Amino acid sequence: MTDSKTLLDCRDLTVKFGGLTALNALNLSAQQNEILGLIGPNGSGKTTFFNVVTGIYSAASGETSFEGHHITRLSPQAIYHSGVARTFQRSRLCLPLSVLDNIMVGDYQHFNHGVLFNLFCRKSLRKQYEQNYSVTKELLQTFNEKLAERLFEPITALNMIDRRRVEICRALISRPKLLLLDEPSAGMTHDETRELMDDILQVRERMAGLTIIIIEHEMNVIERITDRCIVINYGQKIAEGTYAEVAADKEVQQAYLGQD
Amino acid sequence: MANQNKVWPGLAGLFATTIYGLFFLHSENQAAVIALLAGGGIALGFSAKFGLLKVVDSSIVANQKVLGLAVIIAVVLLAVASYEAHYVLLMLTTMLLYSTVCLGLNVQFGYCGVVNFAGAAFFGVGSYTAAVLSTHTAIPHLYVIVGGGLISSLIGSLLILPVLRTRGHYAALITIAFGLLFKTFLEVNDTLGGPQGLKIPGISILGWNLNNNIEIGSLNISFYVNYLVIALLICSGTFALVKRLERSWIGLSMDIVRLDEIAASTCGINVGRWKIVAFTLGNFFAGIAGAVYGMMTGFVAPNNFTFGDSLIFVSIIILGGIGNPWGILPAVFIVFLVPEKLQFIQEYRFLLYAALVILILLFRPEGILPRRIRDYFPGRNII
Repeated sequence: MTDSKTLLDCRDLTVKFGGLTALNALNLSAQQNEILGLIGPNGSGKTTFFNVVTGIYSAASGETSFEGHHITRLSPQAIYHSGVARTFQRSRLCLPLSVLDNIMVGDYQHFNHGVLFNLFCRKSLRKQYEQNYSVTKELLQTFNEKLAERLFEPITALNMIDRRRVEICRALISRPKLLLLDEPSAGMTHDETRELMDDILQVRERMAGLTIIIIEHEMNVIERITDRCIVINYGQKIAEGTYAEVAADKEVQQAYLGQD
Repeated sequence: MANQNKVWPGLAGLFATTIYGLFFLHSENQAAVIALLAGGGIALGFSAKFGLLKVVDSSIVANQKVLGLAVIIAVVLLAVASYEAHYVLLMLTTMLLYSTVCLGLNVQFGYCGVVNFAGAAFFGVGSYTAAVLSTHTAIPHLYVIVGGGLISSLIGSLLILPVLRTRGHYAALITIAFGLLFKTFLEVNDTLGGPQGLKIPGISILGWNLNNNIEIGSLNISFYVNYLVIALLICSGTFALVKRLERSWIGLSMDIVRLDEIAASTCGINVGRWKIVAFTLGNFFAGIAGAVYGMMTGFVAPNNFTFGDSLIFVSIIILGGIGNPWGILPAVFIVFLVPEKLQFIQEYRFLLYAALVILILLFRPEGILPRRIRDYFPGRNII
């Protein structure tokens, strides 16, 4: 499976919380440019997988490599710098801050962090600001024209779908190679979900080479946008293939519907 | 909407406040103070009712630079009008120095979310540094003031490790413990004067002693004017820096660190770095203010830097509006000047602070002047 186009490759990834094994020797790889769906019942370890890949949890054993480099024990900051960005299931936007602030901070690594620079070089800071401002506005416009007019409103003034859009923009503004979406449709209506998926597909077309791993419970979303699916249960992979293949799998049906 | 960006409503509001302040500072008997307070309250109530406050507020927001300068001029005018009154000038200067400490706390707590319940201790470190340096060394006094800030940040760095390892209540407990330790250490330490404290000579710059009254012809100007000028320079400089800090990438990074550390680290933000920068910078400002305060009052003792004083600083920033430097000015007025003027509530002042903080948290949790959406370059987005 390790051909030249493998972007993310996880080998025997195991995570334990006390006596609970959240991920049990999980093998998973994502190819460049694909949309990979990650499905499984509640508590099967999907979000844990995201947390391990992004460095928030540390793995008990196993290896993660990204573009051929080991990232298993790197800090969240270092992993982010190597090109992995994510959104959270429960929105993690900073509510009192403006839309602009929330998105721009995604590009933190390109800011000039010098204290003296920030305090005294206001002219160059302004140049950087103007540049970030226009990049943010452009990105938001590809998502939603109306939202791009609301850059200076606090997140508290936005509805759920716009908040998700902002969160995805925050992840995209650093031009990541891998985007991890944790249940983007949570808390939204069917229409809103469809709208958001349109946006995601459109973004993928515009950003060449972007790989997306998406956790989702809405099966029609998975069917519509993913190229390939991986089903996990009790922290282990139980099936892999296109949506149609996976949906026909006996073990998958048991995991979801139970067994007599 | 064209009305919103005019300067004059802000200037008019400031002018009225200055006149009011002048009367308030000079009122001698308790009845007059109470009458002024009631009058001020009623005037505020009415102007709020007729929408005047909103006009003034948006004018201030749109013209911060001009109004910042106007505030400085207003303080100078207040000082000129009270050039003989030692006590009035002492209070004005103290308010400016307290504001400086609160600006420091505002960076720590308001921007970066690092609680500091030892503000008075860092203020005290500045004073003691000034005492030691100016008595035992020949360092020029302007450097002594900066030294107060540097030593304060240096001693603060002792706390960095525990503060980084903890958050929320636990970080608060560490700073409380430090404040108590600091005071006890001073009380038992004989080289630093023990409970009696130390004497500090006044500031002298290039052989000119600031503790001498200025005599021009028949005019006899109080020496406190000298200290007021220094305090005003320090306070307005700090204010400008704190405001710039907010309107930069640093302000943005600190805000994210305060609001969500996990989101911050997945965005690649170095959480520890910004906490250290905020903590150090805040203590530096507190130390500078402390040095000037010590040299002005001429002596330092452990009792000036108790946990209660730290609480006063914290209640000032909660009252004014967490994260908004402008809020500190009215809050210092309420928390410091009102009890100072109303002698009969002096004994109850902590009761008053506690009640005020509870009321504010209940009815206006964002403070008197809530913080606004960040505007990196004021005027940039008004089209």
